[in-house]
Parts: sequence; structure tokens; C-alpha cells
Amino acid sequence: MTIPAPDHKRYFIEKLGLSERLMERCLGEALSAGGDYADLYFESVTSTALGVDESLVKSASQGISVGCGIRVVSGERTGYAYTDDLSSERLLRAARTAALIASGPAKELMSGFRHTETPSSLYPVAGASSDAEIAAKLLLIQRADKAARDYDPRITQVRAGFNDELRRILVAASDGTFASDTQPLARLNVFVIAKDATSTARGTSGGGGRVTLDFFEGDKSPEHYAREAARTAILQLGAVEAPAGEMEVVLGPGWPGVLLHEAVGHGLEADFNRKKTSAFAGLIGQQVASSKVTVVDNGLMPNRRGSINMDDEGNPTQETVLIENGILKGFLSDKLNSRLMGMPNTGSGRRESYHHIPMPRMTNTYMLNGEDMPEDIIKSVKRGLYAVNFGGGQVDITNGKFVFSASEAYLIEDGKVTRPVKGATLIGNGPEALKYVSMVGNDLALDEGIGTCGKAGQSVPVGVGMPTVKLDRMTVGGTGQ
Amino acid sequence: MSQSASLPVQTDLKQLATDVVAKARKAGATDAEAVVYEGDEFSALVRLGQVETLKESGSRAVGLRVFIGQRTASTSSSDFSAESITRLVDGAVTLAKITSEDPFAGLPEAEEFGQLTGDLKLYFEDVNEQPPAERIEMARRCEAAAMAYDTRIQNSGGGDFDTATSHKILVNSRGFVGEYRRSYCGFSASPIAVDEKGGMQRNYWYSSSRTTKKLESPEEIGEEAARRTLQRLGARQVKTQKAPVVFSPEIARSIMGNIFSAAEGDAIYRNASFFAGMLGEQVAGHNVTVVDDGTMVLDGIGGFGTTPFDAEGLPTRRTVLVERGILKNYVLNTYTARKLGMKSTGSAARGLAGNPGSGAHNYYLEPGTMTPEEILADVPSGLYVTEVMGFGVNLVTGDYSQGASGMWIENGELAYPVEEITIAGNLKDMYKNIVAIGNDLVFRGASAAPTIRVEGMMIAGS
Repeated sequence: MTIPAPDHKRYFIEKLGLSERLMERCLGEALSAGGDYADLYFESVTSTALGVDESLVKSASQGISVGCGIRVVSGERTGYAYTDDLSSERLLRAARTAALIASGPAKELMSGFRHTETPSSLYPVAGASSDAEIAAKLLLIQRADKAARDYDPRITQVRAGFNDELRRILVAASDGTFASDTQPLARLNVFVIAKDATSTARGTSGGGGRVTLDFFEGDKSPEHYAREAARTAILQLGAVEAPAGEMEVVLGPGWPGVLLHEAVGHGLEADFNRKKTSAFAGLIGQQVASSKVTVVDNGLMPNRRGSINMDDEGNPTQETVLIENGILKGFLSDKLNSRLMGMPNTGSGRRESYHHIPMPRMTNTYMLNGEDMPEDIIKSVKRGLYAVNFGGGQVDITNGKFVFSASEAYLIEDGKVTRPVKGATLIGNGPEALKYVSMVGNDLALDEGIGTCGKAGQSVPVGVGMPTVKLDRMTVGGTGQ
Repeated sequence: MSQSASLPVQTDLKQLATDVVAKARKAGATDAEAVVYEGDEFSALVRLGQVETLKESGSRAVGLRVFIGQRTASTSSSDFSAESITRLVDGAVTLAKITSEDPFAGLPEAEEFGQLTGDLKLYFEDVNEQPPAERIEMARRCEAAAMAYDTRIQNSGGGDFDTATSHKILVNSRGFVGEYRRSYCGFSASPIAVDEKGGMQRNYWYSSSRTTKKLESPEEIGEEAARRTLQRLGARQVKTQKAPVVFSPEIARSIMGNIFSAAEGDAIYRNASFFAGMLGEQVAGHNVTVVDDGTMVLDGIGGFGTTPFDAEGLPTRRTVLVERGILKNYVLNTYTARKLGMKSTGSAARGLAGNPGSGAHNYYLEPGTMTPEEILADVPSGLYVTEVMGFGVNLVTGDYSQGASGMWIENGELAYPVEEITIAGNLKDMYKNIVAIGNDLVFRGASAAPTIRVEGMMIAGS
């Protein structure tokens, strides 16, 4: 369900004292030495972090960051400058610095902005988490602390945190773009240590999204996350060595979708393909996965951590098919790369903050349902690994090699899930790995809302998901034989 | 939010920090600590000979930590207007009231404060003075040298040149006032090599310093980047097996870095580290000595991890974490030291907001006597690791499992490149099974290690 969008730009005009006239002047200054395009990215972020640790409220902090990034694009060249001082003098100076990238006669500016009004929003803003009472947030993590401790006497340490932010952005560009958004983001985390006579283990859990506090009152309660963290830690106390070598691997639904993010997602970002530095360059229209595999990137899912009403260049976000029945269909693109490549702009231009230049990035990346029953998938495996939760992943875009590190996994022996194993890293080759997908479940799930993606030093919130999936072979990095 | 255009052009940041602390005391804080950060950055990326991006900017921010008795909270802002500072102070004091009394919370005792005297050689004006055209030219030359090195180098992630200067000020209500400036400059190249089957590999190499005068030649760095890239071409998997693993200095540094993390007081008091309760015990081979040194000045240049004081205003020092295999010290800040009934090692680190954590200064494994070639020569069949990937390090249990690539060693020599394999073991065993340490310790960043050889790890491949 979507909700009517409030007037985001009022904040910038009324609270920050900006005017369209000043923005036009800055863009004029930015294009004073030529250039094809310029944009202004205004951002204001307020954030809160609360932490309960050893059952005490040990940390509470709040931060405010306000600034503007100015970009000038000339052919393949980008000039960038930013300022945390929004006075007209500093904005114009930043525009002149960014303009140094171009060398030519001043560019004639368009007359007037084309205001983009988002008719509805994918997430609530009035009464978003950032405006809620601190006390209510504290109560959430105090409940998590208690629930984790109550779960089992072997839980010896509990740390629970609540982080949220409200990010207001406004983009004004020389192509007439004038668009704004307000993006809430909240996350609850639980970390526990379990200890018995012989071993110690950790467990983590968490979730959230672009949501209000009531999100945490349903089945995604603090108790849910706390019990989940405690359950994994207790489970790990009895874990045996993970196996080593090539074997059949079954990935559970939800967060294991990080496989897609690493194996194909990054390799399909347009910048790497324009420069032909991606292992996927030139593979559009070719078979890169089994015919059972369809992967999309979808920024339009209400309340999801990776969702955005518009990207950080002011373009509406969309659902983009990356792989359809195993065939590579498209890339994730932004203004610069879509123009240079003559390909559609998928509204994927994102950035960490006004300190950063936007790049093509993922939103929520997931595999569509297949027809197999999850239990049949397990039954089909003679000896293999069933991995249901992961820490994180990494990819080398150029040679396609990717890893993702399992934090909760089990052995499958003769079609049955048996003993839990210690964490292990799985490794594969992006353009090849998904060709070994032989079964796809009908139980698509998205992750709990904790993903953060790093690229070239910039972090952005993302989501991943998939149904239960079987890969006929993958290398598992355990220590057992 | 008001605009800050009315501020004087040159705001005195030390005065600002002092004022913030005084305002916090006036607003009801029993103790307060302010940190002010100001920095400038420049970066240029040249790709295939053309400037691709140019970025130049400056920013600043203020962070405040307050105590009301033994309750604490913090706030931060990038806006220095009077109105914003008032909100920063009021916000912190209001927040602190909802936190818990923690008997271990609080600023360090007055007698603990201090800072290293004398010039630590952390700031060199030449980094700011170098004209942008010269910086761009260094990036261009570095990439060009890589591209010209071999016909198989056919593409490029680019050559870049970055500079950064920063100014940090720390003031607290117990009388500490300190500040320092630091400079950084560096460049790199990321060439891409293509083999006859169209397989691509990328690698990179870099040079960095606190002064432009100590940077290496762009041509040498570009050629080294090309060699490192070509070395990976045609890489294959190897069979799953147990074999000796030799880690290049870049990767040995990351393996040894886990000793630092495992020794951090925060993990120790929670029992969230395999080093908990191990002080004074043998945790590594007798040949292993690991040091964190915040005071280091090398060849007239302050180390990348050198600072005159830590994030709580304690003087930095040299701390031996592991001496001949014995765990001698934990890494402590004021809070974790109090939790463990010990003294801070001057290792506090902090961002703008939040409670201080801990961080490494110049951190290294002391070198041994063998050359890297001698270490390789002793390996009949094994793996030389030049890159690891992933998040498979568990500091609670010591379990280690990472993606890896490098070269296969046959009869003491590097035979062929390998990739798409994993290496796994347990750090507790790995540190005891370091059977050789090289003499090739070079500081290219704040932490460093020489080549090491580790026995008993599992290599998973085909």
C-alpha cells in the first residue's frame, strides 16, 4: 500500500532558506565553463542511535548533517564539489570548483524547473520513526534485551541497538529536474554471546526498513529478533566443522539472496559495463544462469530498506529485470551511463551522502519464485550444505569471483537436514555459478531489512531475497574433509 | 535551521570546542568533551589517459559527549551556527537523562591526560600547495606506465591521485586541550589484463605518504601494478587439500590484524573473543611479537597511525600486545580498562558521536630473518596467498574461512596463479603454527607485516 506524499521541498525552501532562483544561479555558475549537465543535490539527515548493553542504556546519540553536492558532467568527465555551508556565497564557490572539469564557452541554461511531484510514497513520513519518542525506541531494545536473556541461561551477554534516520533530499538539475523526497530508515539489532562448559558462540539478528515504530509491534517484534539471535548462538555451541570442497548447496529463503547481489548484481551495474571492466560486459542476451532463474531489482516495494521513491539524481525508481529465464536482460543505470551507453535510465543513481558522486546501485535484488517445494529440494540432496543465513559477501567485478560467508548452516545427509556446522565462506564465479541452479522453491522471501552495500567507499541501504534454491555445485570453505 | 553565512570567515575552532564544553557544563553536564573536525579533500581519477573525475571540497563537524554523573550521551552537527550549537548542547543533556547510571562511565582521571611533545611530522604543507595539474599528471603517468608495460594490459580502472588534510581538536571539562593537523597524499593504478581466452584480471598498486616529497615514482608504481595484474592471468582452481600457506605481506597484515581485534577490551570483558582470559598465556609461536605504537616517526615522517594523544586525551604510547608468543596486553580505552580493572593503553578512538571505541595506531608484526624467497624455497607444494575476500572471520571462536587467490608453489617456486578457492582454519591454531616470518617489513600504511608461512590450513577448491 502506498500513501500520499507530503510536500518534501517545503523543508528546503522554508527551513533552509533556499530558493529556486539561487539554485538557477548555482547551475548557471556550474555550467559557466561549458559542460553537458549540472546538478545540485541538497541533503539533510538527522539520525539517532540508542544502545542497551548489559541491560543498561549505555549509549544515546543524535546527529545532524546538512550539505549540498554540486556536479558538472562534460562528456565522460565529472567535476564535483560539496559544501556543508548553504550560504549563497559557499554554494556559488562550490559550483565554480565543480565547473573546473569543463573547458569551453558557458552553457545556456534551460529556463525554469520541471517540478516532479511524487503522487504517492512508498513509505510513511509524517510521524516517521525519527519523530517518535525516544522513550518508545528505548523500550523496544529493553524488551529485546530481556527476551534474549530469558531465552536460555547460557546467554551471557546481550547488546541491542536501535538506529534510525530521516533523510531529506532535493535535486535540481540543468535538464530541468526538480524533485525531492523524504526517506525514513529504522533498524533494530541484537547481538548475543552464549557460553557453556566447553564453548562460546555469538548470535546476531535484526531488521527494519523505511517504517514507523509500529512495524516493530507485529511479528517483527523486538522479542522476535532477540529470540532469533539467541537461537543461533545456542545452535552454534554445538556446531561441528563445516565440510570443505565442491558439493551440492541448498540456500534457504531470504537473506541468502546476498548470493544474487554479489554473483550478478554488482557485475550488472552500468558503469562497469560501459568501461568493459565487468565479467558480464558483452553478455546481454546470453545465457548466464539456468533457465529457472529470473532476477529483478525492484526499488518500488513499500517500506523496504532498499526502496526509494526517487533515486539521488531525481529519477523515479522502478522494477528492472536483470536476468529472465537465465538470459541476461539489462543493466542498472544512472543519468551519465545511460546517456553514454544509449541505454534506458533505470533510476539507479544513488549516493551515500552529499559528499559523494552518484553511481549505479542496486535497491532490492531478488530471484522470483520457482515451482519446487522446499522440502523436495532438501530431499534431493545426498550430501551437501544447507545454508540459511549469511554474514556478508564480496565480489571482484573484473574476474567475477564472489564469496559470501554463511553464519548458520547445516549438513544435508541422505536428503535430511542433520547437524549444524560452523560458519564457512562459499566461493563461486558470477557468470557461471547460477548455471548450476537446478531447483527453485516457491517460498520467495526478502531479508529482514539489515543490508548495507559498499561500493567504491560508498554505503547505501539495500535489500535482497530469494526462494529456497539448489545449486548442483559450489565450493564450500570449511575445515572438515 | 539558520544559515551560517553570518559567521566570521575564520572561525576559531579551538575556541568553539571550549565554548561548547562550557555551555554543556552550564546546561547541567557534570563533565563534557567536544571534538571538532575540519578537513579538505582532493581526488582525481584519470582513465585511459583522460580525466574522468575531479573532486575538491572541505567539510567540518562538531561532536559533543556529556556526562550527568555516570549517565552519558552524545550529539554531533555539521552546522556551526549559534542556533545549531545550542541545539547540540541541549540535545546531549536531554538525551543523557534517559540513559542508565553506569559505574564505569566517565572521562579519564585528570592525571592521565597528556600528549606527546615535539614535532611528530604529521603535517606537510606541500600536500596542499601542489597544483592540481601536477597531481593529475602523476595519476596519468602512473596509469600510462601500467598500460605500456605489456600488450596484455588492455583496459584500466584508472590511475588516481588523492590528497587529504585534517585538523582535529579535543577539549574536555577536566582541563585537556589538544589539537593536531595531518596531511596525506597518495596515488595508484588499477590496470586490467586480458588473456587469449578473454579472461580478465584486475590488480592495483599504490604509493602514499604525508608529503609529496616521499611519494614513489609513478612509473615504478604503474609497472608494479601491471606485474601484479599479469601474475593473476590464467588462474585456475586447485583440488581440496591441506597444504602449507604462505601469506604475502598485504595479507599477513590482515591475518595479524585479527590479533588486535581479538585483544580489544570491549570483546574481552564480554567474553566475545578467543583471547578472553588469556593474558599471560601462550597464544602464538615463540617467534611472534606484535606491537601497536602510536609514537612512530619513520625517516622523518610521522607514521600513518601516529597521533600525539588518543580520542580521550591520553598520550599515545608503544604497547606490546604479544611478546614471543605470550599475550602481554589488551587494547584498552578508559571504559574497557575500568571494566577489567586495568589501565587504558591510550587506544581510544571515536567518531563524532557515540561512546569511544578503540583503534590501532601503527600496528605490526616484528620481522624475522628469512627473505621471502627463502620462505618459499622451503615449500615443496603449497599456496602463496595475495588476496583474501569475505567476512568469514569469527573473533568469538577464532574460526577463519575466507575466499583466496594467489599462486601455487611447486618445489619452492611460484608455479601458476590460482583463484576461486577458500582457506580455512582457526586463528588460535594459525598463530601457533606460524613456522616462518620474513624480514620484509615495510610500512605502506598504519599497519604492516612481513611474509609469513602458516601450517595446517584447509584449502578448498574443486
